[in-house]
Amino acid sequence: MPIATPANPALLDVSEVSKSFGSVAVLRSVSLQVTRGEVVTVIGPSGSGKTTLLRCVNFLESYDSGSIRIDGREVGFRDTGARQRRSERDLAKMRAETGMVFQSFNLFPHLTAAGNIMLGLRKVRGKSSTEARAIAEHWLGRVGLAHKADSLPAELSGGQQQRVGIARAVAMEPKILLLDEITSALDPELVGEVLEVVRSLAEDGMTMVMVTHEMAFARDASSRIVFMADGGVSAAGPPAEILGADIDNERLRSFLARFRASHF
Amino acid sequence: MGYTLNFNLIWRHFDKLWGGLLLSLELAVISIAIGILIGLLLAVWYVSAGRAVRTVIAAYVEFIRNVPLILLVYLVFYGLPTVVDIAYSAQTSFIATLSLYSGAYLVEVFRSGLEAVPRGQLDAGKAIGLTPWQRLVHVRLPTMLRITLPALSNTFLSLFKDTSVASVISVPELTYGAQWINFNTFRIVEVYLVVTAMYLLTGYALLFALRLVERRFRAAH
Repeated sequence: MPIATPANPALLDVSEVSKSFGSVAVLRSVSLQVTRGEVVTVIGPSGSGKTTLLRCVNFLESYDSGSIRIDGREVGFRDTGARQRRSERDLAKMRAETGMVFQSFNLFPHLTAAGNIMLGLRKVRGKSSTEARAIAEHWLGRVGLAHKADSLPAELSGGQQQRVGIARAVAMEPKILLLDEITSALDPELVGEVLEVVRSLAEDGMTMVMVTHEMAFARDASSRIVFMADGGVSAAGPPAEILGADIDNERLRSFLARFRASHF
Repeated sequence: MGYTLNFNLIWRHFDKLWGGLLLSLELAVISIAIGILIGLLLAVWYVSAGRAVRTVIAAYVEFIRNVPLILLVYLVFYGLPTVVDIAYSAQTSFIATLSLYSGAYLVEVFRSGLEAVPRGQLDAGKAIGLTPWQRLVHVRLPTMLRITLPALSNTFLSLFKDTSVASVISVPELTYGAQWINFNTFRIVEVYLVVTAMYLLTGYALLFALRLVERRFRAAH
């Protein structure tokens, strides 16, 4: 299991992050380090804070205390001590360093598949229309949708939309890719095509943090699995250890038992 | 019951009606164009501003919605120049009134449209690093316009009919043309039959054209 060292510093460094919605604590002093090229899977019961943690990493949501750094730079705050929020312009720049794929795809409905990918390339990366189109076509090819470049989201299946969603995120060449339950809204027969794309990105060395309920995929594709419960990290380790039969963590055992009972 | 229909006098003065119809359309088009600008600006301002601004915008909308259009027309044309030192033609005054009038309705249309844009799309815009302005222009407005297009065509159709109110300050639009012919020929039944048909046919034609535009947009999205 790759541990951040001075020679291999953490690309993503989440340190003691806490967050409450009103009186409900959703994140309790969560710490997590991810090194370059790692694929970290976050599992846990619903309401355990997995999605919130992911949304804090690109500051779609703020947090009350702690720090989140990508490549050594604080994501949401100019000054951690004073907790001075970055300007919206700065935040936009920071967010462009991370890619995110959503459970409900969230494609822009008025733009074609290629148009969805080109928007960020043109407006954020400053590419020309021709360059952006070439990059969009390259990534659509990678996700097996070269022939759908000019289709609108409404004309695509869920699996196809999600593959466009992945292409939109990776085309920006993010340092880290965040995947938020990206197969949860898909019909079972469409899950495979999406996971295949993720697997090929992992093979390319893309650093990823994913929240998923696909345990078999998590076991095969992750370098590390983090189990969250009640807003905190309850267990973390290599898949064989976390998903193994002899893990010494009562909550994790009962989560996995319940999970197996409902999925197999 | 000795009344026999005689349309000859109407046809002789038909240029008054034809010119009136064109002017009615012109008034409606100019007013909705300005109204859309007012509506967009205030709606975007409303959803991004604080309480004070919201209150002012809401007051404008409520004022316009609760005062009859004819009264607004009188207020702007007769009232305002007596209080403030300005002068304008009846036509300019009416365009200003109708623009403010449609603007108030469109603020509401656009505001609810902006709020109906799914959160997820805005998150996606944030996630790829778009600035707030870019998210507004490239994500929020296109989706909002798609959502509000049917309401926009309905507003335009209402405005076209509302141009008839301009007759009360002698703007020579279609209804004024009808009144002129009535006063000069006393063919009241004939002239209003013809004018009703003209409003009806133009309204249907506009509706048909606007629905075509809407369908194209829906097919393209």
